[in-house]
Amino acid sequence: MMRRKRKRLTIIAGGLTFLGAAAGLTFYALGEKSSYFYMPADLATASIAPGQRIRLGGLVEEGSVERGGGTRVAFGVADGGGQVKVVYDGILPDLFREGQGVVTEGTLGDDGVFVADSVLAKHDETYMPKEVADSLKAQGVWQPE
Amino acid sequence: MVETGHFALVLAFALSLVQFVLPLVGARTGDARLMATGGPVAVTGFAMTAISFAALTVAYVLSDFSVLNVVENSHSQKPMLYKITGTWGNHEGSMLLWVLILTFFGALVALFGRNLPATLRANVLAIQGLIGAAFFLFIIATSNPFVRVSPAPIEGQDLNPILQDIGLAIHPPLLYLGYVGFSVCFSFAIAALIEGRIDAAWARWVRPWTLAAWVFLTGGIAMGSYWAYYELGWGGFWFWDPVENASFMPWLAGTALLHSAIVMERRSALKIWTLLLAIMAFSLSLLGTFLVRSGVLTSVHAFATDPSRGLFILMILVFFIGGALILFAWRANTLAPGGIFAPISREGALVLNNLFLSTAVTTVLVGTLYPLVLESITGEKISVGEPFFNLTFGPLMVPLLLAVPFGPLLAWKRADLWAASQRLVFAFGGAVLVMLLTYSFIDRASVLAAFGIGLGTWLVLGALTDLAAKSGIGNVSPGVALRRFAGLPRSAYGTALAHLGVGLTTLGVVGVMSLQTEHILTMKPGDSVAVAGYEVRFEGLQPYRGPNYTEDQGRFLLLNSSGRTLTEIVSAKRFYPARQMPTTEAGIATRGVSQVYIALGDAVEDGAIVVRIWWKPLVTLIWLGCVVMMVGGTLSLLDRRLRIGAPAKRRKRLAEEAAA
Repeated sequence: MMRRKRKRLTIIAGGLTFLGAAAGLTFYALGEKSSYFYMPADLATASIAPGQRIRLGGLVEEGSVERGGGTRVAFGVADGGGQVKVVYDGILPDLFREGQGVVTEGTLGDDGVFVADSVLAKHDETYMPKEVADSLKAQGVWQPE
Repeated sequence: MVETGHFALVLAFALSLVQFVLPLVGARTGDARLMATGGPVAVTGFAMTAISFAALTVAYVLSDFSVLNVVENSHSQKPMLYKITGTWGNHEGSMLLWVLILTFFGALVALFGRNLPATLRANVLAIQGLIGAAFFLFIIATSNPFVRVSPAPIEGQDLNPILQDIGLAIHPPLLYLGYVGFSVCFSFAIAALIEGRIDAAWARWVRPWTLAAWVFLTGGIAMGSYWAYYELGWGGFWFWDPVENASFMPWLAGTALLHSAIVMERRSALKIWTLLLAIMAFSLSLLGTFLVRSGVLTSVHAFATDPSRGLFILMILVFFIGGALILFAWRANTLAPGGIFAPISREGALVLNNLFLSTAVTTVLVGTLYPLVLESITGEKISVGEPFFNLTFGPLMVPLLLAVPFGPLLAWKRADLWAASQRLVFAFGGAVLVMLLTYSFIDRASVLAAFGIGLGTWLVLGALTDLAAKSGIGNVSPGVALRRFAGLPRSAYGTALAHLGVGLTTLGVVGVMSLQTEHILTMKPGDSVAVAGYEVRFEGLQPYRGPNYTEDQGRFLLLNSSGRTLTEIVSAKRFYPARQMPTTEAGIATRGVSQVYIALGDAVEDGAIVVRIWWKPLVTLIWLGCVVMMVGGTLSLLDRRLRIGAPAKRRKRLAEEAAA
C-alpha cells in the first residue's frame, strides 16, 4: 500500500514538475519573444532597448519610397504625430502602396532609422491593419468610410 | 429562388429549435414518441439547410446581382469554378456552409445512430439542435446572405483575388467538416453528462466521429498550409498566424481525444478526462470560428468585419463553453472511475501523449490569446509570433515524438520497456545513421538539422517496426509473417500509417526550416544563378491576359549541373482590375520531394526585375505526411470494430447463437 501511494506521489510530482517547466518556459518566451507595437508618434517618448524587436505601423508617406540598388527599399512611415524612415531589403508585399497602411517588424537603429526584416500589408483593399486603424482613429487622422 | 433559400433558412432555424426541445423533453420524461422525433427532424433540417445553400449557390452561378452578397463577392467574368466556390468565400456564405455541415452531421447521427440507446440518441440530437439554433439565429440576425439590393448593379465587385484559387474549393469545406465534426463528440459528451452515465460503449460510439473529424481537419489544415505556401508568395508553410493556430488547437485536442478514447474503449479508464477533451476539442473549434469571423486579430483571414457579429459569436462561445464546463463540474463526479494500470504500459504511453498534447494546446492558446488579453487590459499592443512558438511548442514536441515509436509496442496494463526497446534497435540504428550522414555530408553547420532529420527517420522506421513486430517478422517464417501482416486489423495499419505520416511531416518541416537556401537578387533576361546544384536562368517577362486579370509572366529555365534544361518555371505578378488588386503567383518546380520556388518582386530599370528564389528541401513531405496521416485515420475508421452498425450485427448473432 505504501509503495503504491509513493508511486502515485512520484507520478503526480513528475506531472507537476513538467507542467511547471512548461508554464515557466511559456512566460519566459512571452517576455522575451513577443514584440510591442508602436506608431511613429509613440516612438519619440518610448524607451526601447537597443536591438529589441518591435513592430512599427502607420501610413506609407506619399512620395517617400526610394528604391536602392537591387532589393533595397527605403520609405517613410508616418501618422498624425511623427515620421520614421524605414529601410528594408527584400520583396515588398503586393498591396504595399504609398498612402496605405503598413506594419513592419524589425529594430530601431541609433540613427533613428528603422531596419525592418518583414513588411506586412493588408490582404484586402478595404482592410486596414487593425493596430494601425485603431491608432489612427484614436489620433483622429483616419476615418473609415 | 433567393426567397426560397431565405425561407428554407428560417424553417431550418425553427426545426433546430424543435430538434432541441422535443427529444430532450422525451429523454427526461421517458416518452419514446417524443424521443423518436429527433431523427426525422434532424434529417429534414439538413434538407432545408441544403435547399438554402443551393439557392445561394444558384444566385452565384447565375451572377444574380440583385443579391447584395453576390454583388460584393462575385463578378460575371469570373470562371465558373470560382463562382461556385465564391459561395463560401465570404463571411455570410461560409457561415451557411458551417451550418450545412452541422446539420449534415446531425442527419448522419440520426441515420447511423439507430443502435444507440434511445435516450443517448435523443440527447445527442437535442444538443446538435441547440448548437444549430444558435448559429442559425446568428446568420439570420447578423449575417443574412439573402439580402436584396435595389436597384441591382450591372456588375459585381469580384471575389478577393487571393481566394480565386482551387484552394478555396477544398480548404474551407474540409476544415469545417473537421471543426463541426467535433460538435458530434461534444454532443455525445454533454449527453453523457446529462444522463450521468458513461462507459466503454460510449467511447466506441464517439471514436469514429472523432476519427472522421480528425481526418478532415488534418486535410483542411494541410490544404490551407499548401495554399498559403504557393499563393501568398512568401514561401512559408506555416506562419503561426492566430487563425492558423485557431485550426491547429482543435487538431491537437482532437489528436489527444483520439488517443484517450482508445484507452477508454479498451480499458474503461480515463473516462472523465476523455469527456473533458471532447468538450475542449469543440470549444476550441468554436474559438477558432470566433477568431476568424470576428476579425479581432490581424491575420491573413481578417477581412473587413462588423463588430456586432464578433459580439454575437462571443456570446455563443461563452454560452456553449461555459455551459458545458459548468455541467461538467456539476456532473463529472457522478461518473464511475475506471480501471487502473502501471505507468509503463500502453495506457501509460497514451496518458503521456495526452499530457504533452494538452500542454501544447495550452501553450498555443496562451500565445494566441495573450496579445488580445493584454491589449484589453493595458492597451499595449504586442505580437506573439514564430520565435515564441519555436521556443515553447518545439521543446514540447521533441520528447513526444521521441516517445511515439514506443507506444504501440507496449502491452496494455503492464509492459516491458526493455523488450520494446530491443525491437526498436534497428529503427534507432537507422535514425542515428541518417543523423550522422546528414551531419557529415549535407550540413556541417547545423546540429539541429541533423537531429531533426534523425528524429523524422526514427518516427518513420519506428512505425515500420510496429507493423513488423505485429506480424512477427524475425520470430516466425517469412510466409507466416506475410500472412499475419495481411491479416492485421485495419486499425493496426491505421496507427502505423498515422505515425509514419507524423514522421514524414517532421522530415519536411525540419528540411525546410534548417536546410533551405534563399536568394534575393535582381535579374536581367539571360542572367542565371546557381541554386542547390541547379542553375536557374531568367528568360524574360511576357504579358498575358487571363479571363478577369492581366499578368506579367516571368519565365525561368531550370537546368541541371551539366546544363541540360529540366523544366520551365513560370512565376507571375497578376493584376485584377475589378478590385484594383495585384497578387503574386509563385513559380514552383518539384524535384523529387524538394522544390525550387520563385516569386517575382518589382521591376527595376532596364528590364531587370527583383526575384526571390528558394530551394526548399523535403518540403512536399510536410503535406504528403498529412495525406498519409489521413489515409491512416481512414483505415482505422474502416476497422471492423468501429464500423457503424457492426456491434448491432454481433449482438444479433450472439442472440441467435444463444437461441440455437
